[in-house]
Amino acid sequence: MADLEEGFTLTAVPLGSGPDGPLGVEQSDKTDQFLVTDSGRTVILYKVSDQKPLGSWSVKQGQIITCPAVCNFQTGEYIVVHDNKVLRIWNNEDVNLDKAFKATLSAEVYRIHSIQGTEPLVLFKEGAVRGLEALLAEPQQKIETVISDEEVIKWTKFFMVFRHPVLIFITEKHGNYFAYVQKFKSRVLSKYTLLLGQEGKCVIQSFSSSVGRKFISLMSLSSDGCVYETLIPIHPSEPEKYQRLVQSQLLKSVVSGSAQNGVALTILDQDHLAVLGAPLPASKECLSVWNTKFQTLQTSKELPQGTSGQLWYYGENLFMLHGKFLTVIPYKCEVSSLAGALGKLKHSQDPGTHATPHFVNWETSQECGLGSQKSEQSKRILRRRKVEVSVQPEVPASTQLLATIQKDSEKHIEVELRKFLATKRTPDFHTIIGDVVIGLLGRCKAEPSFYPHNCLMQLVQTHVLSYSLCPGLMEVALEKTDVQILQLCLQQFPDIPESVTCACLKVFLSIGDDTLQDTDINMESVSDYMDPVQDGEMEEQTAFLQNGFNPEEDNCDNCAQKLKEKPQATADESTSCPITPKRAALFRNAILHSAYSEMFLLPHLKDIPAQHSTLFLQYLYFLYLKCSENATMTLPGTHPPTLNQIMDWICLLLDANFTVVVMIPEAKRLLLSLYKFVKSQISICSELNKIEVSFRELQKLNQEKNNRELYSIEVLELF
Amino acid sequence: MGEFNVHRVRFFNYVPSGIRCVAYNNQSNRLAVSRTDGTVEIYNLSANYFQEKFFPGHESRATEALCWAKGQRLFSAGLNGEIIEYDLQALTIKYAVDAFGGPIWSMAASPSGSQLLVGCEDGSVKLFQITPDRIQFERNFDRQKSRILSLSWHPAGTHVAAGSIDYISVFDAKSGSAIGKMLVDRQYMGVSKRKCIIWGVAFLSDGTVISVDSAGKVQIWDSATGTLVKNHLVSNADVQSIAVSDQEDSFVVGTAEGTVFHFQLVSVTSSSSEKQWVRTKPFQHHTHDVRAVAHSPTALISGGTDTHLVIRPLMEKVEVKNYDAALRKITFPHRRLVSCAKKKQLLLFQFTHHLELWRLGSTVATGKNGDTLPLSKNADHLLHLKTKGPENIICSCISPCGGWIACSTASRFFLYRLNYEHDNITLQRVSKMPVFLRSALQILFSEDSTKLFVASNQGSLHVIRLLEGGFKHLHTFQPQSGAVQSMCLLAVSPDGNWLAASGTSAGVHVYNVKQLKLHCTVPAYNFPVTALAIAPNTNNLVIAHSDQQVFEYSIPDKQYTEWSRTVQKQGFHHLWLQRDTPITHISFHPKRPMHILLHDTYMFCLIDKSLPLPNDKTLLYNPLPPRNESDVIRRRTAHAFKISKKYKPLLFVDLLDEKTLVAVERPLDDIVAQLPPPIKKKKFGT
Repeated sequence: MADLEEGFTLTAVPLGSGPDGPLGVEQSDKTDQFLVTDSGRTVILYKVSDQKPLGSWSVKQGQIITCPAVCNFQTGEYIVVHDNKVLRIWNNEDVNLDKAFKATLSAEVYRIHSIQGTEPLVLFKEGAVRGLEALLAEPQQKIETVISDEEVIKWTKFFMVFRHPVLIFITEKHGNYFAYVQKFKSRVLSKYTLLLGQEGKCVIQSFSSSVGRKFISLMSLSSDGCVYETLIPIHPSEPEKYQRLVQSQLLKSVVSGSAQNGVALTILDQDHLAVLGAPLPASKECLSVWNTKFQTLQTSKELPQGTSGQLWYYGENLFMLHGKFLTVIPYKCEVSSLAGALGKLKHSQDPGTHATPHFVNWETSQECGLGSQKSEQSKRILRRRKVEVSVQPEVPASTQLLATIQKDSEKHIEVELRKFLATKRTPDFHTIIGDVVIGLLGRCKAEPSFYPHNCLMQLVQTHVLSYSLCPGLMEVALEKTDVQILQLCLQQFPDIPESVTCACLKVFLSIGDDTLQDTDINMESVSDYMDPVQDGEMEEQTAFLQNGFNPEEDNCDNCAQKLKEKPQATADESTSCPITPKRAALFRNAILHSAYSEMFLLPHLKDIPAQHSTLFLQYLYFLYLKCSENATMTLPGTHPPTLNQIMDWICLLLDANFTVVVMIPEAKRLLLSLYKFVKSQISICSELNKIEVSFRELQKLNQEKNNRELYSIEVLELF
Repeated sequence: MGEFNVHRVRFFNYVPSGIRCVAYNNQSNRLAVSRTDGTVEIYNLSANYFQEKFFPGHESRATEALCWAKGQRLFSAGLNGEIIEYDLQALTIKYAVDAFGGPIWSMAASPSGSQLLVGCEDGSVKLFQITPDRIQFERNFDRQKSRILSLSWHPAGTHVAAGSIDYISVFDAKSGSAIGKMLVDRQYMGVSKRKCIIWGVAFLSDGTVISVDSAGKVQIWDSATGTLVKNHLVSNADVQSIAVSDQEDSFVVGTAEGTVFHFQLVSVTSSSSEKQWVRTKPFQHHTHDVRAVAHSPTALISGGTDTHLVIRPLMEKVEVKNYDAALRKITFPHRRLVSCAKKKQLLLFQFTHHLELWRLGSTVATGKNGDTLPLSKNADHLLHLKTKGPENIICSCISPCGGWIACSTASRFFLYRLNYEHDNITLQRVSKMPVFLRSALQILFSEDSTKLFVASNQGSLHVIRLLEGGFKHLHTFQPQSGAVQSMCLLAVSPDGNWLAASGTSAGVHVYNVKQLKLHCTVPAYNFPVTALAIAPNTNNLVIAHSDQQVFEYSIPDKQYTEWSRTVQKQGFHHLWLQRDTPITHISFHPKRPMHILLHDTYMFCLIDKSLPLPNDKTLLYNPLPPRNESDVIRRRTAHAFKISKKYKPLLFVDLLDEKTLVAVERPLDDIVAQLPPPIKKKKFGT
């Protein structure tokens, strides 16, 4: 869980900065040391853990610092700009800034950026960018104009993307926002227009960004109090083309919409961001940490003396102005989990805390999503981030697909779905797939004749679904006895309830052979295992099964032999021809591997008819014998059930149905052999125990022999 | 470094006594431990769990209860019916008071520390007032039917719970009248046992009483109503001890099966404030009965018949997860029980009530590293010397020439003269010991066996000249400025000029034996001294402290040596500092003045001061001998600490001559074999 620790004040003397707050807080080349530039004339180097200044430098009276001081990580020197054009470079030993190195530039500097591992960059107010070295070589060089007139740089950030520096800056012109991404490797400048969300006209108040694998995620806090996210591609497909980017809402009303100043946000990590501002119109300003994944407030801290709307985050420390003092609040975050997020949510609902109303309830938004289609769409916009670099960003593909599902024919849906699946996967792919499945199932329920088997197969095979994401799917499949889908689901879903597992088992046991014959079942694991084993023990086993029950039902060896008898059958036919391997495949791959808890499974197992449970028992017993054939006690094939799984299921079945099974004449032989088997196991165990005891005695004797020597003279060499 | 012939001795048949009681003192972070032979030991938990003091036992004084009162005062009571107070400065018994109630089974000091309560065999509970120099009987509580086995004060001092047989009584502390009685079920697993003995009670501030009994139950009672609130069946055997933390949020119980259970007060659900006692952690560090437990703020402490003292830190209470958070198991005393006459190759072993003298064997064969050489002569048991009287031996020593043996109990000092004629030994006791030589904390002979140094428990040091068949008192060094500070460790220089003595806490004093005056005092260090020795030729005093620091102090120059300063500047290797047993003996190579031999229980180390010190990156323990390596590499990897862990647990290591070492081992299995059999627990398949 995210945790804001007790903060402390960095400056004992209030910054002489007035209401604007400091110009900037920047890292220095030593950990724990930060450069604080106030908006007047002074740069102070602080050691944060000691809460004391290490050095302070001022420019002359009459001069004014216009750009926060940064540290050149390559040389350890500090750089500052005063009076827009004058660059000063000094180091720790220098006492007086006036005597430090000075370079007067030909254009006004907006900001100097410096990060670890590369040379500092100078961004000019006109949008041009220069490396520091190149600039110092020729300070009076001509600086071109990149952005248009009246366009003003609002915010800028410098990243390293795969060891290549990338600079992003946002400009504003008449309420429109533009993003520029400058890559220095390829010297490419891409320009994007930021389209604001649905509301259109609102002022963006603060930006923050983080860099991912393919996108720069730009977060902005708007004047309506919501946080929006924009994904800017790092490697655009057509870099030269003028493109538009859509913002999507990420968090709703994190700060009061009416708050005009003193709001800021910064990204803490992948899932967390810190927001500075008043949560309610009347309330005091707060620093709050939000989890974007779960949309929950993680923690917050009130700043009763007000703040300036500036927030910096380095390492583990958040810097902000609290009243007149620069305050540091250490921040810690452990990996976020659902339980953690919900726990906090629950906790905050305690009476007494006033922060409750502006939570986005994670649970209700989910419920709505499952509920009706219409409300779902709007909600989803809230929950999703969307990237559309396409020319028509208006209708997302998933929405289109959902519409298709509602009305079009099965064939058409299939085609559309295939198209959709072929496109790139977005981060929320699994929820979209879940919605699609729910849409399909909703239609199934409405129209009994509609059952898009192929579509569902495709969707399940995307490997992103789980039982809880589409709770109705297995019920519908059970209703339609769609063994194929059930098998796939059992293989892939990690969270199937025991009742459903049991229902599947019942279907698998009761389904007619002819029906099975027509369906296409994944048999990869059973195919190896059908090789007939021609040794005496196996023969005996076959005989037993034939006596015990209808051999056609269950005996795989028998089936395999049958296969051999039909050499004319093609390979394809052979997989679909024998009945039992298919059923075996169902059992083996699907049921035996599924996760369960005995407590919940047992009551459901009791409902299985006696004949069926006997059949299943016989099959399990057969598997066991197969297992015990080799020394490693494993079955051949890919993903075979383990011996433990087999034994557990035998025990479970017997536990559940013993009174019934014991009455059935067909099961008598099976039970007898199981009984004999258990008896022999017990005798083996007791023999092993006896051996263990004698071994222990031997060991004791051995030890005594070693210890008995009460006195010896030994040679020891010390090295 | 060279090859040594090591006499590996395992015939020192030493068995530590079982632990009977432990008492933890929160103020000084010290732990008092009493053993079944009556010995009481004080461990300083702040000084790396060093056993800094001990009081010798007495045959008739089996302690049954031990407690701290009035801050730092230590009391014990036992089956002889006496209450004893210990003098922690002079390391003697201050006084003994008979309670006149038959054997005493239990004792508890009031929360304010001003009153002492004892529970007796005749069912009486007696209240004593603690005065500054004694204790005074004040009142009897209402007499109970049978013996009082456990007592506990309410933290406010208003009530007292007393565990007897089959019931628990609650007394009003002011009037001494019994106001409640809680009957304990005799049933044990459905079978009615004869009696249910309440081995321990604990009174909590909310009126809850926790009892542990012989039926394996931990029961939680409401003392106001006398009702049973909760019953935990934790064991098939007796639960013998209980200790509650000061915060009353956790307690610990010890069972006769060797298991220690930790109980904690935890919330029923995450949100509710309702709390209940839950058994959280079982620990099985003992094989036999856990007779005593204690609960320090950060650790569970347990001890029992298997003689180990186990300190198990609670990980949730430990702030820094360093080596201090590791489990400690203390088995052997932190003092020397073996002395050695190098020239005659004799070993003197000290037991509780007797001494044994052994002569080492010899061999003519030679071999390479790891070989066991054939013996041409086996070790001989020469002498078995029993002391008269019920008192335990405090210390003993054999002179370097082998001609003298001295030992002392709490009230008598023995000096013997030995004569060797071929294989015959004649022993003659030197009679008429002077009055001042009644008991000694430490005895030492000079290297030439002409002088005897005795540290008495009054803080004085006696110097005695030994003559053929007699002795002559030369001088007594009196303690400094009247402070009674008993000297526990002595060291004399081989040339006989210097005598170093260290007390339990203050610095080391160095005396000039020729001029009979105090020469200097080594600056005091925070941690107690565990071993002392003076090097030949250089007269450098080597001091080992319980925090594993080793200092070298030049006596002639009255300052730390250059090597010691270098070591302190660079610091010891972290693995050296993490050892958990103290160095108990230091000696020197007779021919190589640069070499220092020191040992603890699990290793011995030969320090070669001429080699570079190891830093944290180098391997401290060199397990394998270098093979087929050039001398260059060997020289580069060589460092000053040559450590061998081959022999353990070690009670004594010394250099007999330049090529011979003697190592006295005491394998734990041999100790276990001599303990009474533990409660048989059924294991699967046996």
